[in-house]
Amino acid sequence: MAEQTVIEAVRQTMLAEMKRDDSVIVLGEDVGSRGGVFLATDGLVEEFGENRVIDTPLAESSICGVALGAAVNGMRPIAEIQFADFVWPAINQLVGEASKVRYGTNGVKNAPMTVRVPYGGGVRGGLYHSQSIEVLFAHTPGLSVVAPATPYDAKGLLVSAIRSNDPVIVLEHKRTYRLVKGDVPEENYSIPIGNAEIKRPGSDLSIFTYGLMLHYSLQAAEMAAASGLNVEVVDLRTLRPLDEETIAESASRTGKALIIQEDTPAVSISSEVAAIIGEKCFFDLDGPITRLGPPEIPPMPFSPVQEAAFMPSPEKILDAINKLAQI
Amino acid sequence: MSATANQSSKTSNTTGRLSGDRLVELYRTMVLSRYLDERVWLLNRQGKAAIAASAQGHEATQVACIEATDPSQDHYLIYYRQFTAMLALGTEPEEMLRGFLAKEADPMNAARQFPLHGAHPRVDLFNFSNVIATQLPQAAGVALADKLKGSDAVTIVFFGDGASSQGDTHEAMNFAGVHKLPVIFFCENNRYAISVPLENQMGIESVASRASGYGFPGVQVDGTDVLAVHEAMTAAVDRARAGDGPTLIEASVERLLPHTTDDDHTRYRSADDIEKMSDRDPISIMSELLKRSDLLTDSQDESIHANAKKRVNHATDTVDAEPYPGVESMFDHVLEGSANGGNS
Repeated sequence: MAEQTVIEAVRQTMLAEMKRDDSVIVLGEDVGSRGGVFLATDGLVEEFGENRVIDTPLAESSICGVALGAAVNGMRPIAEIQFADFVWPAINQLVGEASKVRYGTNGVKNAPMTVRVPYGGGVRGGLYHSQSIEVLFAHTPGLSVVAPATPYDAKGLLVSAIRSNDPVIVLEHKRTYRLVKGDVPEENYSIPIGNAEIKRPGSDLSIFTYGLMLHYSLQAAEMAAASGLNVEVVDLRTLRPLDEETIAESASRTGKALIIQEDTPAVSISSEVAAIIGEKCFFDLDGPITRLGPPEIPPMPFSPVQEAAFMPSPEKILDAINKLAQI
Repeated sequence: MSATANQSSKTSNTTGRLSGDRLVELYRTMVLSRYLDERVWLLNRQGKAAIAASAQGHEATQVACIEATDPSQDHYLIYYRQFTAMLALGTEPEEMLRGFLAKEADPMNAARQFPLHGAHPRVDLFNFSNVIATQLPQAAGVALADKLKGSDAVTIVFFGDGASSQGDTHEAMNFAGVHKLPVIFFCENNRYAISVPLENQMGIESVASRASGYGFPGVQVDGTDVLAVHEAMTAAVDRARAGDGPTLIEASVERLLPHTTDDDHTRYRSADDIEKMSDRDPISIMSELLKRSDLLTDSQDESIHANAKKRVNHATDTVDAEPYPGVESMFDHVLEGSANGGNS
């Protein structure tokens, strides 16, 4: 067991999976000798050569379209989108095409491809290096979407994504890459897609969250504990399919649901989690389903003052906990 | 049947590698394609086929293109106008009619998609989408996989002149050029993107000329000329199999019918333009070539037409009587193992 950062867990996982299976290839912008702009692919081209670690032209649609074509012809590509903000040119190849390969061919073809997408803010990224882009993918039948927040989960879910016989979007929060450390077993393991995890058990109130906000929520839960509140924190981990069972069980048990996300709230993951709780837990709740997210402005200002005002923080989450707990 | 393709070269400026017998076979496929094509338009007017595009005018180019390939190993990313290519690859008329009539036994997509979309279970031909040009980057990926596997297979991707305007077309050709991939970009240029004529689609004369911008050859060919298309394709296939990279082939053809059964081309094409197209009908051109080369008699030609009609009649009767899929199967194949219920 070694302590690793999230980015190191991602890198080590790709290294191990490429050693295990020759059909696993990596393609994206600057993934070769540069090792990726976040160094997720550092050392891979030296280990596996330019045939399996492909520095692509700067063109996201073809990165994903080529990955899709290679996937239907026996490869297991891992496409890297440099920043989530740059994924839009590739949306058609993912949402329009990859999601429907199995369904549209009645199972004759399938696309075992992984798309790694570094996303999220709080990194002084401004409007085009901060975005949360999960909603469009999570809305799409035929895609799976995972959003690990810890090194352990980053490895386990990336293994599941790479070995899946269908397309999986892996959202990696940029701020967690080096900020979050944790123990990662060296041996092989995987975490099933579609399983949320209770990261902190509690009895007074349930927080549902993912990504960087998991860590802020855990901090807020610790602060709340000082005043005697016992807050449960559920890490959604997979955004499609959402783990309805774990969500409903937790909300029903504590009777209070607080959903925290970094993405703007309108028509979002928090909307869906709220709907699940509303449908399944109505008679068990003793407070309104509550959501905390940023304001409805384009994410997110470059100004450090405005960025901080935009992002949810442990303090804002604590405030929301206290308000809901008092009801 | 002693004449060879070479002897007919005076009419086509080419020296094909096709035997007389093969040429007659290709003609047989073209005629079958024409009858099937006419039939699905009829079925549309009867209210039985919701939508049909047409390959009428494209038959020669498709049949000659496929003839230069190896269906036992090559990959074919087709688009919606590929009746003749599909028949040439061994798809049965019944299988295609099941798509047009949205019947349960449709082998390509189980009646989930427009006709001729999906993937064929026997030959590696597929067409995932109605979104124009998405198949080009995918074809580059298919070819990339073959290169990594050390396979001899060649990928052929078909598209129209309309698709040549898409960004995906540029990205795919650029990627394929960088990696010298075994892929052939085959453009069937019928001069119209639905209603928009070529001069409003591009500021240059030909699609093929763009190949120089990607570092591989671009070839223009008369798409009504089976021998010329076959020769250009043979050279492209040889080049791809030898590891020398992609070729862009632009075959000029006529779209004898409107874009689809929902279109009316008299709204945007002049009567003169429409009238002139009949001179470039590949069925007539091929029939005349075969007769001039003593490969086909009038009575054999009549027999080919009669058999094609009979074949299409039989297929229509068979498929028309088949059931539509039930509701249950619409939940199948969303994800692996999701036979019932999809993913939430």
